[in-house]
Amino acid sequence: MKLKGRVWCFGDDIDTDIIIPARYLNQTNPEDLKKHLFEPIRPELYKKIAPGDIILAGENFGCGSSREHAPLAIKAAGISAVIAKSFARIFYRNALNIGMPVIVCPELTEDTQEGDIVVVDIEAGEVRNCRTNQAYTFPRFEDFMIGLINTGGLIPCILKGGFINKKKE
Amino acid sequence: MGLTITEKILVQHAGIKTVTPGQHILVDIDFMVANDITAPLFIKILNDIPEPELKLKDRIALVPDHFAPNKDIKSAENVKLMREFSRHFNIKHFFETGRCGIEHCLLPEKGLVLPGELVCGADSHTCTYGALGSVAFGVGSTDIAGALLSGKIWLRMPETIKIIYQGKPKRWVYGKDLILFTLKNLGRDAQYRTLEFSGETIDYLDMAQRFTICNMVIESGAKNGIIEPDETTRNYLKNRAQRKYRVYHSDSDARYYDIKIYDISNLDPQVALPHSPSNVKSVNELGTIEIDQVFIGSCTNGWFEDLKIAAEIIRDKKVADTVRLIVAPATPEIYLTALKEGILETFVRAGAVISPPTCGPCLGGHMGVLASGERALSTSNRNFLGRMGHPDSEVYLCNPAVASASAVQGRICHPEEVL
Repeated sequence: MKLKGRVWCFGDDIDTDIIIPARYLNQTNPEDLKKHLFEPIRPELYKKIAPGDIILAGENFGCGSSREHAPLAIKAAGISAVIAKSFARIFYRNALNIGMPVIVCPELTEDTQEGDIVVVDIEAGEVRNCRTNQAYTFPRFEDFMIGLINTGGLIPCILKGGFINKKKE
Repeated sequence: MGLTITEKILVQHAGIKTVTPGQHILVDIDFMVANDITAPLFIKILNDIPEPELKLKDRIALVPDHFAPNKDIKSAENVKLMREFSRHFNIKHFFETGRCGIEHCLLPEKGLVLPGELVCGADSHTCTYGALGSVAFGVGSTDIAGALLSGKIWLRMPETIKIIYQGKPKRWVYGKDLILFTLKNLGRDAQYRTLEFSGETIDYLDMAQRFTICNMVIESGAKNGIIEPDETTRNYLKNRAQRKYRVYHSDSDARYYDIKIYDISNLDPQVALPHSPSNVKSVNELGTIEIDQVFIGSCTNGWFEDLKIAAEIIRDKKVADTVRLIVAPATPEIYLTALKEGILETFVRAGAVISPPTCGPCLGGHMGVLASGERALSTSNRNFLGRMGHPDSEVYLCNPAVASASAVQGRICHPEEVL
């Protein structure tokens, strides 16, 4: 799978209360949730995001609560992947479980500006900044994670019957 | 080579023999939990599947604690969805309002989570149960749907950092201060790892304080926190445990990513400043910080022991004119005990309001939301930007003694100031 998109830059420790404040968690429809994406620091950003755009962030992206509303709102806004220096673990698994790629690539984060176009090759583990033409590698996803991304998430994987059997030691 | 307590529990639940840190494994689950924020998402996933066959139906608790008693129509619809799902699938552990408390205090109290078990919950503070010697960690809603369909969950085998606390805590210093101090010192080292708490100091801590410590490990980015069961654990579980349980201990030659030794005998009460739980200072270093609201409650410090500590300080005193004090016992049992012992009366006479058991104000949900420019002191676990209300409000975190004393003074202070 290859992704191409314009990047939106964020700093370190973007927590789930910033991604989507708790007061909106009485809603479950991703189309409603996306209207409040990053509201405390960048309100109405969802209106500017084009389908396929990519979020680029610093350390510990998605720290805080387990709310899956956070990756759901990001995905509904049209974001195709999140690339960060590091992720909080629950956000990381929530994103993969809904089939959204989450990529750890600190070097790209250092060299990329907001508005740059990047191209991601999930299987090859490579991301390229089209402005600087610089390529970066990231650790290859384990097979089951690629399965989650390609199938659209954990539930389609389980329903197809592949997930549990493949993961036996 | 020996294993840590966490590794032993994970190996047993994965049916594997060797441990490779970083390796992804599939594990069996002993108990699950979801609340009125996270359950509706997984229920909607399952409702889209024609006649799903669910596993582990007696091993899941559905706890409407965040926006319940229902704060608005959308919240009411979410709890209704949980109630109807529970009836349809015969889910035994659905907790209706009135019998419901904050999940991470309610489940231990009901004996539904036990030592040696693997517990996953669609709530980040599921790590609280590690205080019982279980491996407990937060996951998402899709994880719960997947676990109900498959009976298993995927996870990454963590490395462990061992924290050794030495010394006896000073008066007015509790588990909350130990974990705030630890968060400040850990930095990003704990991300994805296990924090194993040990050392002589643990002997001085009741279960409430141990729960407080494990409750906040997620704020360091850790997967789980764990304390080996001892006499205190066994006494707590007596007459509570709903199943037989197995106690594990770390081997003396277990491998650790790091070992940190903290002598806490001179530690003063700690306070986390906005907007991070690891932005911690001693209460004596703060200067004058006036407050508009004090919240005593949450899955961190809504235990009976916490209310008792706070009530002893505020007895025969008054909440400052400029302060609203909100006290929320975490469960109906805690509420009733506090009622019987006159603790609730003490708070009300002082000018506090008693909230029903709910997460409510901790996440800016209801029962005490902050306006712009307001500052709260809270015994809860998070002080992110806008956590308790308006993005221009501020949250400071502390132990119940500091919270109670500060409500009297109208500014953050050491408990000794009001005695």
